[in-house]
Amino acid sequence: MTADAGTNDPTPTSAGLSGQGTGMPEWLVRIVLALVPILLALIVGAAILLLLGRDPISFYVNIVRRGLISWIGLQETITRCAPLILLGASLIVAFRAGLWNLGIDGQFLLAAVITAALSAWMIQSAPAWIVLPVGMIAGFLVGAVWSLIPALLKAYQGVNEIVTTLMMSFLGVSLANVLIKIPFNDPNTTVPQTMTLVTDDRLPRLFGTTINIGVVIAVVVILVVHWVMTRTAFGLRLQTVGANPKAALHAGLSVPLLTVVTFGLSAGLAGLAGSVEILGVWGNVRADWNPGYGLAIIPLVFLARFNGIAVIGFTFFFAMLSIGGETASRRADLPNYFVLVLVALILIFMALTEWLSHRRALARRA
Amino acid sequence: MTNSLQAATAETGAKEPIVVVDGVTKRFPGVVANDDVSLSIYPGEVQALLGENGAGKSTLIAMLSGMLQPDAGGMRVRGEATAISSPRRALELGIGTVYQHPTLVPTLTVLENLMLGAPWHQRMNRAATRRRLAEISQMLGISLPEDATLGDLSLGQQQQVEIVKALWRGEQVLILDEATAMLTPKGVEDLGQVIGRLRDAGIAILFITHKLNEAVRFGDRVTVLKLGRKVGELTPDQLAALGEDQAITQIVDLMFGTASSEGADELAGRDKSRLVEGPVILSVDGLAAAAGPGEPTVTGVAFQVRAGEVFGIAGVDGNGQKQLAEALAGQRRIAAGSLSLKGEPISGLSVVQRQRAGLRYVTDDRLGEGTVGNFQVGLNLLLKRIGDEPFWRNGTIRRREVERHARTLIDRHDVRTPGPQTPIGRLSGGNIQKALLARELDNAPIAVIYNKPTYGLDANNIQFARRAIREQADQGVATVLISTDLDEILELSDRIGVMLQGRMVGIVDNDRDAQRRVGELMIGVGAAA
Repeated sequence: MTADAGTNDPTPTSAGLSGQGTGMPEWLVRIVLALVPILLALIVGAAILLLLGRDPISFYVNIVRRGLISWIGLQETITRCAPLILLGASLIVAFRAGLWNLGIDGQFLLAAVITAALSAWMIQSAPAWIVLPVGMIAGFLVGAVWSLIPALLKAYQGVNEIVTTLMMSFLGVSLANVLIKIPFNDPNTTVPQTMTLVTDDRLPRLFGTTINIGVVIAVVVILVVHWVMTRTAFGLRLQTVGANPKAALHAGLSVPLLTVVTFGLSAGLAGLAGSVEILGVWGNVRADWNPGYGLAIIPLVFLARFNGIAVIGFTFFFAMLSIGGETASRRADLPNYFVLVLVALILIFMALTEWLSHRRALARRA
Repeated sequence: MTNSLQAATAETGAKEPIVVVDGVTKRFPGVVANDDVSLSIYPGEVQALLGENGAGKSTLIAMLSGMLQPDAGGMRVRGEATAISSPRRALELGIGTVYQHPTLVPTLTVLENLMLGAPWHQRMNRAATRRRLAEISQMLGISLPEDATLGDLSLGQQQQVEIVKALWRGEQVLILDEATAMLTPKGVEDLGQVIGRLRDAGIAILFITHKLNEAVRFGDRVTVLKLGRKVGELTPDQLAALGEDQAITQIVDLMFGTASSEGADELAGRDKSRLVEGPVILSVDGLAAAAGPGEPTVTGVAFQVRAGEVFGIAGVDGNGQKQLAEALAGQRRIAAGSLSLKGEPISGLSVVQRQRAGLRYVTDDRLGEGTVGNFQVGLNLLLKRIGDEPFWRNGTIRRREVERHARTLIDRHDVRTPGPQTPIGRLSGGNIQKALLARELDNAPIAVIYNKPTYGLDANNIQFARRAIREQADQGVATVLISTDLDEILELSDRIGVMLQGRMVGIVDNDRDAQRRVGELMIGVGAAA
């Protein structure tokens, strides 16, 4: 059957964890529910740092200073938000329709490689204002095509999409590697990588900063996705399929068609994320490059309860954490991965809060 | 433990009941599942518990096996009042249950499945398990391939393993829930022999079924449940005195009610000439529906419904009524035959197109497919019209229109909800059903198919729903009323078709004699009219 993503989560029309009886408006309850796990994670993280003999205050201060307060760091943080937000939009589409598209890393990387190769080749004969949009469209299409097999299997054979999308993700990452090393390899470099799109030809930057317009594109896209999901008939159809596929069938919706379309949109947006990252930041793809944003963004999307606006906020926080965390870890003489400990703690407390408030809701109803 | 149980049984002798259910009542929101039910289970006797789906059999079993607790009344086991507080407690009391759905692990062997019940800290003792299996197998007169993977066995053999497991600790009471549902005729026969041997060994057996012939065939005593109440019991003496045919007649009477001959009288006085003159609205001919695995195959169904007419479809549950309804509504592919609405063929139309043409389907599965529980009431009322004007314009929702529409329907059908934005899953069953009726009857219905429209509702809501159906019909809607409640069919219908094993085995006018004839057709003894 369809993943539980659709059934357990609150949709905008639901009042899953409403503040009824507590006197708090629902949006406030949601914000509190989202912030509590983060606070608890920071507290426990501090305890771990103390145990390791590090100063937690200076660790956190370093994260904020490097990721948020310093001008260079802030620009990096904002730049990092672009692919994360687009991946968030991708997951919102899938999760709201009750589909687990867990193949976004493969879709992302494959789209990135093909965009890189295509734009570096096209730029030899076409101006940037043509190359850049074409690159993004190509990225979207590559992602969408890469989801076709899981989508069709799910829609017409009921094959569990968790397994198929993960498998296609592995294949996508491997194929991307092959593409970089053989057909798209730049012969002029020693490290295998695609031909480079020079900085001047990449996405334009904002007002003399290092931030490219990718983040603007991302924010616009996720706001549109949010609007489509909450305000349009199309979005309501997707949510009906997600929340109760049998009801969708009963209401005469074409569940298989909607499944394929959902996959196409979701994977397309993941592909777009790859394109924007390449066209905005890197200009090429090296064979060892695979940021693996996908698995990091999934919990954020859940934490945001599939709300596009909230995803922007959480993404910014996460981007700050990972940019600032690199420096903070280095200064505290900890491995880079310590930031992941914090992220993991956030997830654990998030699940706990979720469970507790669910129990409370059940108790209140009984 | 085991020995003391057996000793106790031996002392008390065969006449004392081993388990007594004493005035048990169990309520669920909107439904009284068991209403003051009492029955006694005797050692060395097979008691058949007969009732249709929804009669409260499963609830009773759940209480006997410790999964649910009664709201009122209690249990006595071997003369002692005791609460069966958990499944573990039920086993300690010597009550073993074989559930309708498999509870074994298909990838493990027979022996491994039987060892699963042991405490986790003990080593698994294969030799002892083999010995115990041999003991029980001998008692049952069966032989099981103990090292075969369970999933490779036939369903009949898998069930035998379930029975062995239920008797593993020397249980003296065996509950069999719809034990024949998945078996082949040969499997049913084998099961009969196993049951006979168990009875001879002094085990008390409660055999739950919704099939009348099985109840008479296997049961020494037959108890009939109907809508949560015990409506009758035939003791072994009575059964022996009656003979099979008379017993069946008497049970049919118990199951399908003697209460509502007034219904027929009322109908006799109704003006039926209008019905005869009305134009044929819905016409079904030679209809066959695609069937999935395990579903009854609907074939050769033919009937016509005129404007303002109520065509009742009776039948024991699971004889293809749901499949027929889904084929009519467009949710299920029509494999053969024709379907037309007002003379226009509609079998090629989609659900939405049929809906727009005025054909409506009130599903019996209110929560499962009728509604999306966490969507607000207002959206559920428009679930089949997503994207339509004026509620959406250019694909964008207009919340004010949605809310206005919701308020109108909520008022018209008296849906008790805190507001149009409350998630519909929070409402009671009766109010969800009112919302469903409101949705389907809105916007000019021409023909409406009701599938078990009052199933699981309380008396008030039943009356409300029946009145709504009647009123719609009086306004000229061609009505198909599918119900397993014969009283309801007799109360509302003008003509009655009976479904048995996917076929419409007869259509009778709803006259004074209808109850008997429909009842007989339902169990396959009457001839087609």
